[in-house]
Amino acid sequence: MRKWILFFTSERNQKIIVPFLAVMLGFLVGALVMLFSGYNPVEAYLALLKGAGLLGNIKRFGDTLLSMTTLTLTGLSVAFAFRTGLFNIGAAGQMLMGGFVAVYVGVTLSLPWVVHMLLAVFAAVLTGALWAFLPGLLKAKFKIHEVVTTIMMNWIAYWSVYYLVPTYIPGHFNTESIPIKPTATLRVEWLTQLFHGSYVNIGLFFALAAVVIIWWVMEKTVFGYELKAVGFNGQAAKYAGMKVSRNIILSMMIAGGLAGLAGAVFYLGYTDNIKIGVLPSQGFDGIAVALLGLNNPFGVALAAFLFGFMNAGKLFMQSATAVPNELVPIINAIIIFFAAIYLMIKIWLQKIGKRFSEGGGDE
Amino acid sequence: MTYVIEMLNIRKEFPGIVANDDITLQVKPGEIHALLGENGAGKSTLMSVLFGLYQPERGTIKVQGKEVRIANPNVANALGIGMVHQHFKLVHNFTVTENIILGMERMRNGRIDIHTAARRIQELSARYRLSVDPYARIEDISVGMQQRVEILKMLYRDAEILIFDEPTAVLTPQEIVELMDIMRKMAAEGKTILLITHKLKEIKAAADRCTIIRKGKTIATLDVQETTGEKMAELMVGRPVTFKLEKKQAQPGEEVLRIENLNVRDQRGLPAVKNVNLSARAGEIVGVAGVDGNGQTQLVDAITGLRKIESGRVLLHGADISSLPVRNRNEAGLGHIPEDRHKHGLVLDFNLEDNMILETYYQEPFSKFGVLKREAIRKYAAGLIEQFDVRAGQGGQTLARSMSGGNQQKAIIAREIDRSPSLMVVVQPTRGLDVGAVEYIHRRILDERDKGKTILLFSLELDEILNLSDRILVMYEGEIVGRLDAADTNENELGLIMAGAGGRDRHA
Repeated sequence: MRKWILFFTSERNQKIIVPFLAVMLGFLVGALVMLFSGYNPVEAYLALLKGAGLLGNIKRFGDTLLSMTTLTLTGLSVAFAFRTGLFNIGAAGQMLMGGFVAVYVGVTLSLPWVVHMLLAVFAAVLTGALWAFLPGLLKAKFKIHEVVTTIMMNWIAYWSVYYLVPTYIPGHFNTESIPIKPTATLRVEWLTQLFHGSYVNIGLFFALAAVVIIWWVMEKTVFGYELKAVGFNGQAAKYAGMKVSRNIILSMMIAGGLAGLAGAVFYLGYTDNIKIGVLPSQGFDGIAVALLGLNNPFGVALAAFLFGFMNAGKLFMQSATAVPNELVPIINAIIIFFAAIYLMIKIWLQKIGKRFSEGGGDE
Repeated sequence: MTYVIEMLNIRKEFPGIVANDDITLQVKPGEIHALLGENGAGKSTLMSVLFGLYQPERGTIKVQGKEVRIANPNVANALGIGMVHQHFKLVHNFTVTENIILGMERMRNGRIDIHTAARRIQELSARYRLSVDPYARIEDISVGMQQRVEILKMLYRDAEILIFDEPTAVLTPQEIVELMDIMRKMAAEGKTILLITHKLKEIKAAADRCTIIRKGKTIATLDVQETTGEKMAELMVGRPVTFKLEKKQAQPGEEVLRIENLNVRDQRGLPAVKNVNLSARAGEIVGVAGVDGNGQTQLVDAITGLRKIESGRVLLHGADISSLPVRNRNEAGLGHIPEDRHKHGLVLDFNLEDNMILETYYQEPFSKFGVLKREAIRKYAAGLIEQFDVRAGQGGQTLARSMSGGNQQKAIIAREIDRSPSLMVVVQPTRGLDVGAVEYIHRRILDERDKGKTILLFSLELDEILNLSDRILVMYEGEIVGRLDAADTNENELGLIMAGAGGRDRHA
């Protein structure tokens, strides 16, 4: 028992334990909410797991991975910016613009499959990066805070798509575009079959590759070293001869590129077209994912998996147990709350740990 | 003998360290009692315990002979304990009176009664010869005067015991003399003064008794009159300390740095450096003295490339570097030990080894094809840590933020010296460091000079300037108003020039 408590309270393990505790507390409070409203939490959680395919249903598990794909990329976008001292609230807009350009390329060009698809994905990444360039520039040159500018860029993206879709690629309804050509899709036969018809697609591999690449860049390269130095202490970076403005702009553009890639995997891999009047919520969920993942690329992937499975399972839970699917956002919110008070949990753990290491853990 | 304050066998621990192990401090009423110790010896912790910010694990505190529990600073204030902090806590656009009564304003007909308060401040000021104008605005008065406002704040609150935390760090020599007079005057009026410092000279000048602590323990309490500075330093550091640096005659070589008609503006766009001309040669230390805020920061920034210049030229080895970016200047042979180690010198959230390569990370062997070579970095950092005796709990993996100020500074000095720049701009290299570390750092700087490097030393500490420099320049209001040989000047003369009392030019 004492060994367990020491394990949980040791400083070294807290990077894993605190997010884990946040998630557990989230589910615990969610269970209390259900008890108070007269539902059976055990049944509901079983249904949630079942709906997300974690109890054996392959297709549903594919949908969990599908949902995770987009969230990994938006989470990575926010986390990357955060590690370099920037707060990217504009992932939604970058994702939307990236997605629009991807769909535009997917609709208008005629090319063989791999080339067409890669071109569309590349266009999305580039667009996302360009969409983030302006906030980066304004921050670097005029010290205008990126929170303000990226939020504004979100709405510019929203209304641009509102205008561009019906004007250039109108679809069957004038609230959406025509579907992309099959040569631009990210779905591949073998994956679809493997997951019994789920829409999970090779975007998942793009996302996982992005996780590894971003981790490698941040931890192993000269470029990542510079970005972190600028993020932690811009003055010291300037003193050391780094190009601070250039690094801020680049960092913002990479974050934007990741969000643009999220747009590509979402619109080319899942919806096949783009609707107007929607700012993709994954852009904002990315903030929560980054927070729970402690801005670590691998942590982001894990957090995205968690949010992905709850997204995928919530509708099944509602139909199977009559627990309203709004419970899921409640749990999410509580998890985020506990993740946000990371420091407080850490202090609690330290206090408990100190008592036990000193007092010998009186049994 | 009754003591006004007794702190007996105080022990205070923090996770992993014992800040105060067993400290006993006994202060007599009406005396000036100095608390002397190296950085990290536990001075600040002890004062925080006395001021109610920390609760000790063990030990008792008695005030006026009665045992007390000081749960928070309000309790300390009620017991008549006041503290003059190192960094003043004043509202800049308020007047002296408004600052002093802040938090205890008396009302009269629904309005704050400024005039009664101002009259009382005037009385106090006259009684202790502080000559503070109660209606002056803080932003208009000198730093020394601001400190007196802090003192008045304590007196206005009827504090009987005044704690001064490193009070002279920001003062000119003349202001220091005046402060010492004020302290003696207050002691004569029956106030008790606790002076925290690591400057032995000030203790000799002002204190009656002195308690020396080392590594959280009381080492001795001495009568200042009956001891010597050397003795106190030895007790503080735990080994004999040399004060006067063994210094060979400088062998100046060719000119390395030349500044011609340099003009620089500050953040607000006002001229901060005015028509400065200077030259420094290989193998000499040129000291730049001056009261804080007379253009030194802007001059340093202009030389190192952190700030754009208005006009003029900065020449390094005869080549104009005044419009080059920082990186190119570094590569051309410029080194910089910055004034503010937290703001410029270190990335506090990086570990020590990453800080050791802050300017060289992009070069071989620390990286190749854009990928960091961890192995090489680790080895290099370990070498510097060893060579410069940088003490850090987990070696190169120690977070810079968690290191003590002295070791942070040693790390910066190690990094800059090891790059072996031909010109080193050294700013306040020993600020806030204890005697042992100061001695070490001064030695290293002198070694660099003897290797033929050029050192441009900026310092607010006259002792440092006089001890290290071969030639001395004095800056006043952005201009160089004095050029002197270190050998034939002294503190008094420098102090007068620094205060703007007429220039001297005695360079050959």
